Amino acid sequence: MSAFSRFADSLGRIWAMMIKETIQLTRDRVTLATMISIPVMQLILFGFAINTTPHHMPVGVLMQEESDVGRSILAGLQNTDFYDFKLVTRSEAEFDAAMRAGDILFGVEIPAGFERALRRGERPALLVAADATDPVATGTALGALDNVVKLALVRDRFTGAETATAPAFEIRQHRRYNPAGSSQLNIVPGLLGTILTMTLLIFTALSVTREIERGTMENLLAMPIRPTEIMLGKIAPYVVAGFFQAALILIAGLVVFRVPVVGSFGLLTFLTTLFIVTNLSIGYTFSTLARNQLQAVQMAMMFFLPSILLSGFMFPFSGMPYWAQWVGEILPLTHYVRIVRAIMLKGADLTDLAREGLALTALMLAAMTVAVKRFRVTLD
Amino acid sequence: MVEAAEVVIDVEGLVKTFDGRRVVNNLSMQVRKGQIYGFLGPNGSGKTTTIRMLCGLLVPDAGRGTCLGHDILTEARQIRRRVGYMTQKFSLYQDLTIRENLEFVGRLYRLDHPRDRASAAIERLGLNGRDGQLAGQLSGGWKQRLALGACILPEPDLLLLDEPTAGVDPQARRDFWTEIHALAAEGLTVLVSTHYMDEAERCHEIAYIAYGELLVKGTVDEVVAGAGLTTLTVTGPGVVGLPRDLKGLPGVDMVAPFGLNLHVCGRDRAALEAAVAPFRGRADLTWSEGAATLEDVFIDLMSRSRDNFK
Repeated sequence: MSAFSRFADSLGRIWAMMIKETIQLTRDRVTLATMISIPVMQLILFGFAINTTPHHMPVGVLMQEESDVGRSILAGLQNTDFYDFKLVTRSEAEFDAAMRAGDILFGVEIPAGFERALRRGERPALLVAADATDPVATGTALGALDNVVKLALVRDRFTGAETATAPAFEIRQHRRYNPAGSSQLNIVPGLLGTILTMTLLIFTALSVTREIERGTMENLLAMPIRPTEIMLGKIAPYVVAGFFQAALILIAGLVVFRVPVVGSFGLLTFLTTLFIVTNLSIGYTFSTLARNQLQAVQMAMMFFLPSILLSGFMFPFSGMPYWAQWVGEILPLTHYVRIVRAIMLKGADLTDLAREGLALTALMLAAMTVAVKRFRVTLD
Repeated sequence: MVEAAEVVIDVEGLVKTFDGRRVVNNLSMQVRKGQIYGFLGPNGSGKTTTIRMLCGLLVPDAGRGTCLGHDILTEARQIRRRVGYMTQKFSLYQDLTIRENLEFVGRLYRLDHPRDRASAAIERLGLNGRDGQLAGQLSGGWKQRLALGACILPEPDLLLLDEPTAGVDPQARRDFWTEIHALAAEGLTVLVSTHYMDEAERCHEIAYIAYGELLVKGTVDEVVAGAGLTTLTVTGPGVVGLPRDLKGLPGVDMVAPFGLNLHVCGRDRAALEAAVAPFRGRADLTWSEGAATLEDVFIDLMSRSRDNFK
């Protein structure tokens, strides 16, 4: 048999599986109802914001002049544990790109001629740009910045102590992407990812165990279908279901909460599909690990909880201890929350989000590999 | 010795152990093309396990063999393409209709025009007009008929049927066996496990398996003759209390009521005669020479093998 006809054969079997799963899905009224009711309920319930004090925020400095004052401010920022310097650059383009990609949440711009103007007592402006897509995280850091800079300048005697109360310079804040600091702008895009994680995970988590519990697996295994084909055929209909949910949440976000979509809809669609497939794969993996449907649901829940807590959806990612950040990095929701905020609020493009997209792809492939390896083609 | 090309199932020394319990022990069997091969034995004797090993659903711990010319250890996929396996429990999708189930099977086996094939199968099974009914709502007999239809849809060369008629009414069972014989006449090989003696007698060849061991095999007549059982039939009003008196006597291996008669069996004719001699003279009993039935043979085999495994 040629490679092509083998491939066509395989597609045919996946197609058979997809049709079967789709029919079963449409017959399952309860699942259909949860698909719609969970997004609606969650959107309504999550009307509150959660607050915490972040530290180790990724910060960039745009130095438009090399000066003692600049170095002094830098040193002052380094002395607190609020900030982590990710970038010190002279290029405005590089600075902007880093913020769009989410490498820095926060930037200090020392304009050209700042030192000279300061010495002359002209009250020059120190520009601070913050990524306000997460207003909770940036708000606190912005507040702290004021004092840090003042103290640094006083210590290094660029300004007198008496001027510390009436500073010789002004700090001009620029809350990028979310000027009003609205937390709905932060919550709704994150909620898109959270709801998709919660529902999709459970859909596929039940799929293999259900066949085993109902006794249909024995028949399925006796037929000439491969584990990969079963997996793809089972996942595919739910991609459409997940897509439908995403559209529902997005429309509600746009209409009810007036969240803008600054970036490309196409890119959002593409990366959302990737995220949906990743979640379905992980759910499917649980399905191959669990012995029954109850266990599968428990596993999905155990995965869902850290996803909510550690993804940066509920609490600012930069506020978490490092170990928690590491855990967060292996959760698809973490990457998706960044993606969806970046696209909807910042207008990020694919190059900005390549890293997050790759992370999702890697997680998806890892889950699929485990699922296919774990899938037992015999009843042993 | 049968000709190699004609042998569809040829396995040797199959062993399967679950949690340290030998479910199938050193089992060898051969099934020729076009045969209906009956697989008999008490519950838990290893029939299902053997069938599952034949179609690659279980990997034997030891032993080797071929099914349809493919190695059961390494070529399970090729075997699955050409085998129709009907599970003991109904294992099609209860939430799909009859037609949807058949079309699903057709598509999985990559048949051309799965819709037409499903229609043809519905026709053949006499399920016309019911094709939109959910499989889960069918009665036992119809479920079994549907399962058989799904099995033969991809035109397999071998059917493995695991207790297909359990819990099915006599009419449906008879129809089922008519169908099986029609399929065998077309060249299909059938391995069928059952508990029913009348079904065993409809098979071309039978094998009796108990405690994982294949005890006897051959045609029904060969198996009955090979058992060497002497059977006496007793009738009359005194039959009611007789089993209590006879059981345990040396030479009496089995006492079983058959309607108004009583079958008294023994392997050793002389010992049996000696044991029943005191009862011969009773006026309320009539003794006659009977023929051992297949059931007598199997119950005797079962009690003997139980003794061996104690």
